[in-house]
Amino acid sequence: MAEMMYREALNRALFEEMERDPLVFVMGETIGERGGSYKVTEGLLKRFGPRRVVDTPIAEASFTGMAVGAALIGCRPVVEILFIDFAMLVMDQIVNQAAKYHFISGGQGRVPLVLRTQGGAGNGLAAQHSQSLEALFYHVPGLKVVMPATPRDACGLLKAAIRDDDPVIFIEHKLLYMTKGEVPEGETLVPLGKAEIKNPGRDVTLVTYSRMTLTCLEAAGALEKEGISVEVVDLRSLVPLDKQTILESVRRTGRAAVVHEAPRRGGVGGDIAAMIMEEAYDDLDGPVVRIAGRNTPIPYNLNIEKVCVPSVEDVIEGVLKLV
Amino acid sequence: MKEESASERGRPPAAAGASLNRELLFGIYRNIYATRRFELACIELYRQGLIRGYLHPYLGEEAIAAGACAALRRSDYIVSTHRGHGHCISKGADLQRMMAEIMGRADGYCAGRGGSMHIASREDNNLGANGIVGGGIPIATGAAMGVKVKGTDQVVLDFFSDGASNNGVFAESLNLAAVFRLPIVYVLENNHYAVSMPVECSTGCCDLAGRGPAYGVPGICVDGNDAVQVFHETRRAVERARSGEGPTLIEAKTYRHGGHHINDPGLYMDAQKLAEWKSRDPILNMRRIIDDEDGIAGIEVEVDRELEAAIEFGKNSPEPSVEEFLAAISD
Repeated sequence: MAEMMYREALNRALFEEMERDPLVFVMGETIGERGGSYKVTEGLLKRFGPRRVVDTPIAEASFTGMAVGAALIGCRPVVEILFIDFAMLVMDQIVNQAAKYHFISGGQGRVPLVLRTQGGAGNGLAAQHSQSLEALFYHVPGLKVVMPATPRDACGLLKAAIRDDDPVIFIEHKLLYMTKGEVPEGETLVPLGKAEIKNPGRDVTLVTYSRMTLTCLEAAGALEKEGISVEVVDLRSLVPLDKQTILESVRRTGRAAVVHEAPRRGGVGGDIAAMIMEEAYDDLDGPVVRIAGRNTPIPYNLNIEKVCVPSVEDVIEGVLKLV
Repeated sequence: MKEESASERGRPPAAAGASLNRELLFGIYRNIYATRRFELACIELYRQGLIRGYLHPYLGEEAIAAGACAALRRSDYIVSTHRGHGHCISKGADLQRMMAEIMGRADGYCAGRGGSMHIASREDNNLGANGIVGGGIPIATGAAMGVKVKGTDQVVLDFFSDGASNNGVFAESLNLAAVFRLPIVYVLENNHYAVSMPVECSTGCCDLAGRGPAYGVPGICVDGNDAVQVFHETRRAVERARSGEGPTLIEAKTYRHGGHHINDPGLYMDAQKLAEWKSRDPILNMRRIIDDEDGIAGIEVEVDRELEAAIEFGKNSPEPSVEEFLAAISD
């Protein structure tokens, strides 16, 4: 086991996959010379050269479309979009092209593309650099969506995403890059579509992902002292969704909340809550609730930014209302 | 028009300024100097923790905004960028409310919600900065469309960068502006870097102004560190736009004095080129053109005092109310 930062774990995954498969290449803004805004691609240019580590102009729609084209002829591009907010510029290529090709070509070709990006609030970066937009991708059939919370999962899921034959939207969180955790030595693969119980508990299930996993674990620790046993299910992948792990947990605890940073309205929490109620209604002791971000753009000022996304206290309060 | 601009370029700055009245020159210098001091103050306040998030200083590029905005009427519109403090100041914004916004305070132009990257002063017809590179180009083009629909004689001036000119919206917007003969002036601030990518690596052409004619939009290159030259060319383009002759693309060449934002040391930048550009710093250029030490000193004293008051105003302005913010959000 080696302790490393989330960003270092991602970096390791890229190194390993690029070593393993010469068809893997990375492309994006400031990823080469500068090693990426969050240092995830540091050292890649030196090791693999400019043919496989491509610094692009600020032309998101076209370079993402180029990645789709390269993927169609057998390459495995990993595109970095600096902020998930900027991914709105590439929606045609992702939603209409990458997500559809395998289907509309009658299975003649696949798009083994990974779009790495990062979202989330918490740094005073204001409304166009702080969004949580995973629900947009979650909604589109043909895309896989991955949102790791820990360095081990970041490493293992990125490797699995690169080896996957379909387009994967890989969403990191800007506040997680410097967080530390153990990553096993040697090959670390985490399969897409497998949730993990990060804290076993008996009374309530919290279904969550990305940075909110850490928030939920902290809340679970505090609630444990109050005598409330909270199970934290980290989804890791939103698509494919590990329904089995969610439902097994909820059947044991009888109570559930879905926790995410994205705004409540139209968030994935509503969909997961509906799924639980459709499939495990008889095992529930009450309605499944959502603990989620507020329905507002993220402001610049730190005090009002802070209240836009769930805090540990918000999660504790939400759980106390359930039990 | 192109020949004229070439001869203008050949003239030494002082000669170019001779035809302008002192009031105009002083006004341009005031905005260059105010922007320089404002940016340096912001960097200091950022280090003290009073400014957060992203801060993209306009240091070294001040002459473009000051020169271009001097060619506008107050009723004309501008659209700005993430590196937008200079545009905001030169369009007439109040330094106090700017400083309050950049500190995230309630008295700021955007009530503390926007910050540096989203500052807008609608009372000056500054439609706002933008966090998306190139995001403002279609908006500016649309404002020009709106002017045409409303039938007023306003002009829109759109600031954007060399980086944005490689984004698809640039091509689409120039084409549309030409098709509809819109009253807009595109001011491409070529500061030689798109984040960390040198312009030589992001484009296959030498003069980005050359992209204009491909869309039927006249393209002109100017020395972006010479505010008087920027003023002359912008004035011509603004007159053209106002008289219904359509859009112009002005490429103002300049050089960023530091990294992309405050936390980027800009180690990838070419030190020799930077030194060359700094020897033609917009402030030094303008002082040479004005050639009036007392006049310059008078402006500087006034701006320094104004800035000091703006910083105090920002510090004393209250934080936005959390309760009011929450009350305004609907479920």
